[in-house]
Amino acid sequence: MAHTDAALRVPVLARPSDDASIAPRLQRIWETRAGLLGTLTSVDHKTIGKRYLVTAFLFLLIGGIEAAVMRVQLAQPNMTVLTPEQYNQLFTMHGVTMIFLYALPVLSGFSNFLWPLMLGSRDMAFPRLNAFSYWLFLFAGIFLYISFPLGRAPDAGWFNYVPYSSIVYNPGLNIDVYALGMVLLGLSTTVGSINFIVTLIRTRAPGMSINRVPILVWGTLTASVGNVFAVPAVSLAFFMLWMDRRFGTHFFDVGGGGQPLLWQHLFWMFGHPSVYAVVLPAMGIVSDGLPTFCRRPLVGYTAVALATVTTMVLGFGVWVHHMFATGLPPVSLTFFSAASFIIVIPSAVAVFAWIATIWTGRPQFTTPFLFFAGFVIVFVIGGVSGFMTAAVPLDTQLTDTYFVVAHLHYVLIGINVFPVAGGIHYWFPTFTGRMMSERLGKWSFWIMFIGFNVGFFPMHIAGLLGMPRRIYTYPDGLGWGTVNLVITIGAYLFALGVLLFVINVWRSARHGRQASPNPWDAASLEWATASPPPAYNFAVIPTIASRYPLWEDRLVGHEGSSSTERGFLLDHGRETIGTSALDAVPDVILRMPGDSPSPLLLSIALAVLFAAMLVHSWWLFGVAVVASIIATVAWLWPEAVLGQTMEIVDGRDR
Amino acid sequence: MDATVDPRPLYGGEPLPIGSKGRLSSGWWGMIAVIATEASLFAYLLFSYFYVAAQTVGRWPPSGPPDLTLSVPGTIVLLLGSATMWWGEKGVRAGRRGQLLFGLGSSVLLAIAFVVLEGFEWSHKSFSLTSNAYSSLYFTVTGFHLLHVIVGALMLAVLFVWTLLDYFGARRHSTVSIGVIYWHFVTAVWIAVFISFYVAPRLQ
Repeated sequence: MAHTDAALRVPVLARPSDDASIAPRLQRIWETRAGLLGTLTSVDHKTIGKRYLVTAFLFLLIGGIEAAVMRVQLAQPNMTVLTPEQYNQLFTMHGVTMIFLYALPVLSGFSNFLWPLMLGSRDMAFPRLNAFSYWLFLFAGIFLYISFPLGRAPDAGWFNYVPYSSIVYNPGLNIDVYALGMVLLGLSTTVGSINFIVTLIRTRAPGMSINRVPILVWGTLTASVGNVFAVPAVSLAFFMLWMDRRFGTHFFDVGGGGQPLLWQHLFWMFGHPSVYAVVLPAMGIVSDGLPTFCRRPLVGYTAVALATVTTMVLGFGVWVHHMFATGLPPVSLTFFSAASFIIVIPSAVAVFAWIATIWTGRPQFTTPFLFFAGFVIVFVIGGVSGFMTAAVPLDTQLTDTYFVVAHLHYVLIGINVFPVAGGIHYWFPTFTGRMMSERLGKWSFWIMFIGFNVGFFPMHIAGLLGMPRRIYTYPDGLGWGTVNLVITIGAYLFALGVLLFVINVWRSARHGRQASPNPWDAASLEWATASPPPAYNFAVIPTIASRYPLWEDRLVGHEGSSSTERGFLLDHGRETIGTSALDAVPDVILRMPGDSPSPLLLSIALAVLFAAMLVHSWWLFGVAVVASIIATVAWLWPEAVLGQTMEIVDGRDR
Repeated sequence: MDATVDPRPLYGGEPLPIGSKGRLSSGWWGMIAVIATEASLFAYLLFSYFYVAAQTVGRWPPSGPPDLTLSVPGTIVLLLGSATMWWGEKGVRAGRRGQLLFGLGSSVLLAIAFVVLEGFEWSHKSFSLTSNAYSSLYFTVTGFHLLHVIVGALMLAVLFVWTLLDYFGARRHSTVSIGVIYWHFVTAVWIAVFISFYVAPRLQ
């Protein structure tokens, strides 16, 4: 091999408006080939982001159908639509689907698509890893559903407590599917999170110092750091459970000296930070979207950014509030109860920032605004019920009742689904180049908002009336019939709103009005390129001088002169600029990998590996291990020559 | 927006390195994040061990503290392997390919020695994976570490081949540094495992 030294180059400055050859050249460099091969090998973050969004939405619909069936079963006492076994599988898969296959991946979809655009870059730091995390997510989702048609789906609840999930009480494959599927999904989440972290550290546009990034970036960064530290807990817990079940170890088995509560500790050490991982990026969507429709910057940017980080840090110290009823010593309960109260503070900081933004702005009542403002209301209700259950005496009464079900749906639907729906409306132009229908959008918002509150608020009451969660039916005469009927009606109304939303997306993607590059007159960089953006995102890398690059001409206190007109060209193959972690000073020209089959091949090998573990086929397991190693080495094989095209400083700057 | 903006004053406008600057490549940061998540995995493994130990009434470990005759040499072998690797990486930074090859080669051999020592120790245990919670934890935690030693050794072996193929030099060695930092991490994890399983029970 000829070349062993890294090259140096002075990147050329260009102004694409003066040179019509730049755009076609970059297009040739960055575009994904047409055809099936291109589809399977693409590493374009925009393609991957859209795949994440669509796949996560399909899982949302599946999880929604599961909920709809359960709501029929619960609408009245003594219904027999479902058997207890079917009900157990449905509520388990509903939780697993919504939390793991919808809520987190849908936010990865937003961030995958939007991060490089918001950061003024041409792709994520690791484009192939990005494709890899998507394929793994897809295969893990399929894996978790493989036993569903056989009537052997996971059935011990999404938090899957031992000993009920142990082999003694649950001998089928149900729990093994869940255990191994979660380890596989954990890999996807972990590599995706690492990609976000390195992308933030490395690929921001020159001048985009850390205090100038959008709040969505703060939210996803915080969630990613949280995932890096939290996901191993749940992967390990599920691995140990699988060992207990299939290899006779005694981690959770009292008879062998193990500890059932160890499961709960490990699960919630992951579970609580993971709750913040599915809400903080969504809160970021609101923090970035809401100001556009209030015609002013977010009130308290710094406070909101720091509150985001603080929430996650505190989020690692509250897991025991899921375990108040397990007989832990009062000293421990006191500590975790206090921590759970304190975590309200950063959330309140964000809420007051949003309210102040609306209050002091000039709100435009568009569909995205309605979803974002509606979210604030729902979040406050969900926050208050969370605050209530942080108190040990009250929680001892309410735990495992429908009050908790109400709380977690207010939190997860309120803080995830509403911002996501608003975010889809808001960024639809950049996703597809078209606008969504406002008329249909407003209808879908009001039906979702009313349906949601009619469906989920009465669950608080059902809980206070003593209705336990996870019961497949209830006898007549307990006084729960009416409230459950109202819940079911509300849930169906909500589902109708979601259906309208899906119809709106479907129709608008085909027949929506063509969008201009910045249809909402927003402030951030993703609107500084075409709608939809070209394969290379930006013809030249933008230079950033303020937090609101597209509003600099009108904001007092945010003056600066950012530029998307003139900047680094970087057209020697796939390249983007690498900058320093805090101040975004250019320090390296990053060479980006092209499309590659490696991510898909490695994902297939790993999916086969986990399937082999599930059915105890050890020869297949061995084959998959070898295939994984080969795929990894092939993926990482160094390029023979690093700086293929040396560029002399020749004053070509324009 | 201003069409005359020039990003060069931000950094002085000198030529920029392509791909990576010294060891600071995207892959380096990626590996640091991998190490963070892997370190968390071992933290949760050791948490499980100490949690079960704290909740156990009676003798811990049930069979007494594990023997040191093979684990102490194993510890020394791993520390030596980190040292040879550190020396080899120093070589490539100065452009001495032979030194890197020697460092990689000897570290792989020392890794194999560790695997053999651990294999002997495992086969001479009076308990098995399924005997009790302690034995399950012992084999799982040391097994996870052993797996990391094997993965690390595979990485070093691949780096050995790539060095033979002359991919690396004084100004291009970030891939080597990425593998080496992982190898040091594997050693560091062993120190934590060793202290938890072999030293701590003797301090009671």
